Amino acid sequence: MTDEKELIREDIEAYLAKYRKKELLRFVSVGSVDDGKSTLIGRILYDTGMVFEDQMAAVRAASQSDEPDLALLTDGLKAEREQGITIDVAYRYFATDKRKFIIADTPGHIQYTRNMVTGASTADVALILIDARYGVLQQSRRHAYIASLLGIPHLAVCVNKMDLKEFSKDVFDSIRADFMEFGKTLRFKDIQAFPVSALLGDNVVSNSENTPWYDGPNVLEYLETVPVSADRNFDDFRYPVQYVIRPDLDYRGFAGEVASGVIKKGDDVVSLPSGKTSRVKAIDTFEGEIDEAFAAQSVTIRLEDEIDISRGDMLVKPNNLPRATRRFDAFMVWMHEKPLDTEKAYLVKHTTQTVRAQIDKIHFEVDMDTLEEKPTDGIRLNDIAKVHISCHRALYVDDYARNRQTGAFIVIDSLTNNTVAAGMIALEGSSQNLEDAMKELHAESAMEPKTFVSPAERMERFGQRGATVWLTGLPGSGRWTLAYALERKLFDQGRTATVVSPVGEDLRSMISAAKAVTDAGLINICAFPSPTKKDRAELVDRLGENRVVQVYVNTDEALCRERRPDADFSGFEPPENPDVTVSLDEVRIDKAVDIILNALEARGQFEDH
Amino acid sequence: MNIPDHKLSQLRQLEAESIQILREAAAEFDNPVMMYSVGKDSSVMLRLAVKAFAPGPLPFPLLHVDTTWKFQDMYRYRDQVENELNGELIKYVNQDGVKMGVNPFDFGSKKHTDIMKTDALKQALSKYEFDCAFGGARRDEEKSRAKERIFSFRDAHHQWDPKNQRPELWNVFNAKIKKGENVRVFPLSNWTELDVWLYVWLENIAVVPLYFAAERPVVERSGTWIMVDDDRMRLEEGEKPQMKRVRFRTLGCYPLSGAVESTADTVPKVIQEMLLNRFSERQGRLIDFDEEGSMEAKKREGYF
Ligand SMILES: Nc1nc2c(ncn2[C@@H]2O[C@H](COP(=O)(O)OP(=O)(O)O)[C@@H](O)[C@H]2O)c(=O)[nH]1
Repeated sequence: MTDEKELIREDIEAYLAKYRKKELLRFVSVGSVDDGKSTLIGRILYDTGMVFEDQMAAVRAASQSDEPDLALLTDGLKAEREQGITIDVAYRYFATDKRKFIIADTPGHIQYTRNMVTGASTADVALILIDARYGVLQQSRRHAYIASLLGIPHLAVCVNKMDLKEFSKDVFDSIRADFMEFGKTLRFKDIQAFPVSALLGDNVVSNSENTPWYDGPNVLEYLETVPVSADRNFDDFRYPVQYVIRPDLDYRGFAGEVASGVIKKGDDVVSLPSGKTSRVKAIDTFEGEIDEAFAAQSVTIRLEDEIDISRGDMLVKPNNLPRATRRFDAFMVWMHEKPLDTEKAYLVKHTTQTVRAQIDKIHFEVDMDTLEEKPTDGIRLNDIAKVHISCHRALYVDDYARNRQTGAFIVIDSLTNNTVAAGMIALEGSSQNLEDAMKELHAESAMEPKTFVSPAERMERFGQRGATVWLTGLPGSGRWTLAYALERKLFDQGRTATVVSPVGEDLRSMISAAKAVTDAGLINICAFPSPTKKDRAELVDRLGENRVVQVYVNTDEALCRERRPDADFSGFEPPENPDVTVSLDEVRIDKAVDIILNALEARGQFEDH
Repeated sequence: MNIPDHKLSQLRQLEAESIQILREAAAEFDNPVMMYSVGKDSSVMLRLAVKAFAPGPLPFPLLHVDTTWKFQDMYRYRDQVENELNGELIKYVNQDGVKMGVNPFDFGSKKHTDIMKTDALKQALSKYEFDCAFGGARRDEEKSRAKERIFSFRDAHHQWDPKNQRPELWNVFNAKIKKGENVRVFPLSNWTELDVWLYVWLENIAVVPLYFAAERPVVERSGTWIMVDDDRMRLEEGEKPQMKRVRFRTLGCYPLSGAVESTADTVPKVIQEMLLNRFSERQGRLIDFDEEGSMEAKKREGYF
C-alpha cells in the first residue's frame, strides 16, 4: 500500500483507473487451531495497509503483551470470541496494487468440515497452514483433500512457525516433499510451498533474510500472480435461465449468468428441456448490446424464434450438450445435525432448477483419517460420501471436475427448509447426443413411485412410531370395548391412533389394513378374531415383530361363555408370549388401558418426553 | 480453447455477481422489496437492480423507512429518485412513534433508533407481507458482518440467529421459507467501501450532496460535528452553530450523524481522503458508540 499511497496522493484518478481493472482472487485459508492462521491473515492485512487506525487501537488494547496480537484482527462474532475459536466462515477483503482479494477464513477442525467446504466452494486458491514443528499431520491432508474435492485449482502450503525451527532448510524440504507426494493423489493444477513465520512476517509479504536458501515467491507475491482467469471453463456454453424479462410484447429476454463457455451473437442454441433450437439474436446489457458473453457475465439473451423458455431451462449449443439425467452419482458433504434419510425426498437445487430427489444409495463414505473409502450405514454431519441420487425430473449437469457451476448442487430439507448438504456431481461415460438427451427429458420420474415420506419423518411429525396393538382373546372377553377405550385415551394424550374394524373381512385383508395404517405412522388398534397361533404368526410376519404389540385379553372363560352363550369357543390357542396380558375380570377397563399404555411407552413407541 | 482476454475486472465481476443475486431473489420470492436508505450503498444497489431487469421495470418496490429526522437534503434527493424511478417507492413512518413524540433528544439515540427505524422496518415488512428485503449492507463494514450470509434468514419475528444460519455455497442460494418468515438479501456483500465509491464515480451515480464537503452550520458534540439541519435541533447551553466545511461519511438521522471536516467536493477527492485517512467508516455514526459488538445486538433485534 505504501507505494500506492504516493499515487493516491498525487493522482487519485490514475489510481482509481488502475484499481478498477484489478483482477479478483478468492482464497480460502485453513488451519487447525493454533497453526497460526489468524496471525497470518492479520499479518497480511496489516502489512498491506488494510487495517484502520481505530481497529489497530482496539487490537493494541486487547493484546496481552506489548506487541499487538495480529490474530485479534480477524476475530468475529462475540460468542466465538468468548470460545476463543472461529466457528463460521468469515469473509475479509483487501487489495494490493495487483489484485483485490476475498479471504474466506475457515476453521480447520474436523467438526467444522462444513464451514471449510462452504469457504472452499468459491475459492481459486486454498491456503493451508502447517506447523513446522509437527510436519504434515493427517488434518493437513484432510484439508488438502477437501480443497481438491471442491475443485480449487491452486494450493498454497504455508509451513508456519519456521522461527521455532531455526528456519531450517531440511525441515522445510522434508515437509514439502511429504506434501508433494501426497498431492499427486489430488486434482490441483499446481501446489506451492512457503517457509513462513506469520508472527515475525518472514516470507509473508516480503522475502526473508532468514531463508537465503529459499528463492521462491513470498505468500503475497504468489497470491498476486498465480494465474486464475484461465481456470474458468470457457469451452462448454451453459446458460441457466434465471429470469424472463418481458416488459412488453416486443421484448422477450432471457436473463442469466453465463455459467461456463462463450456465446456470440448469431450462435445456434438449443433450449433444454424442450429441445427446440434457435439462434442468438442479441446479447443485451444495460449499457447496450454486446457481441459475445463469457463465463461469469450476467447478461440477457434474445433469440430469433419465439420459443417457450422459462426459469430453470438451460440454453446450450447443439454440438456441446450437458448430460440430461434423472440419476447420477455425486460426492456429498452432509452439513446438518440431522443425518441423511435415504427414504425421504429432499429438494435439490442445481443452477436455477429445484427438483424433488431422493438420495437413495450410499456407495461409500470417505474415511476422514485415511481418506480411503469405507462402508457406512449412514451419513451424518460433516461426513463426506459418494452417493446415488434419483430425481423427479432431469437436471442438465456436467462432471464437477470439469464444471464447477453445472456440477454443483445443494440439498434442502423440504420440511425445515434448511440447507443440509452440498453435492459435487461425478459423471462417468461418454457424452450424450441430443436424441438421447430428449429421451431422458421425456422420461418419467426416476424416483420409484413409492412413498417419499420416510418412517423417520412420520415419527417426527406424529411423535410416535407406527404400531399395531393386536388384541387376542376369547369371544366375550371384552377386546373391542378395550380397543375403543384405548383409542380414546391415546387420542386424549395427543397421539394419533385408530381402531381398524372392518366388518365381514377375512383375516388376510385385516392384516393388510393393519399394515397400511401402521406404515402411515399411526397407532392401529385391532381386535379381529385370530384364534390360532398361525393367525398371529402371519400378522407378525407381515408387519414385523417390532411393530406389533400383542395383547392377550385373558378374561375368565366362564365369564366369557356366560356373556356369549352362542359363540364358538373351539380351537382357541392362547398366545404364548404376549407383550401384555390383561384380565378384564380382575382389572377395570381404564386400568387395562393404562397397562397397555405403559407397555407402549416402555417399548419406546413414543418419541417425546 | 483458452481465450486470454476473457477476463473480468474485479468491479465488473462484483457487478455481475450482484446482478445474479438480485435476479435470483426476484425469481424465487413471492413478494420482495428493496430497502432504500437514500445513502450511497442504496444508490449503488438501486443501479444494479435497474441493470438486472432492464429494459423492464423493477419487479419490486423500494421501501424507505422514514424516521422523520433525516437530513432535508436526503428528502429532496429521495423525491428526485422517486420521480425518475420506473417503479414504486413506499415511504413508511412508525405512526405510533410519531404519536409518542419520539425524537433523538428526549428519547436518546438508542430508543429513537429502535422505535423509528428497527420497529418501523418490522412493521412495514409485516404490513406488506414482504418475504424478502434487499439491503445494501457490506461485509467489510463491521466485524460481525464478516460472517453474514448473502441470503440471511429471519424467523417470523424478524430475528437473526447467528448460530443457526444456512450454509451458503457457490452461488446456489436457498430461498425456501415458510409463511411469515423472511430473508434479507445483501447483493453488495462482497463490495468494499472503495468499490462502492468507485462504482458511483464510474457509473456517474448521483448521490446525496451531503457526502461532499460544503459550508454547513454545525455544532461540536463528543468530538464530532453535528449539523443544525432544521429548527428542531436542540442546542445546549452556550452552543452556537458555526459554519464549517464538512462532509458526511454515512447518513442517518441528522442529530445522530457526525460530520468530518473536509475539502473533498468530488467523488475522487472523497475516495482520496478516505484512503489517506483510513478511519473506520462508521466512526461518524454516534449510535455505534454504545458497547463493543453492539452491531450484532442490533442485528439480532432486526435492525438490518
Ligand atoms: N513462534 C511463532 N508463533 C506463531 C507463529 N504464528 C503464530 N504463532 C503463535 O501461535 C499461536 C496461535 O496462533 P493463531 O494465529 O491464533 O492460530 P490459529 O488458531 O490458527 O488462528 C499464537 O500464540 C501465535 O502468536 C509463528 O510464525 N511463529
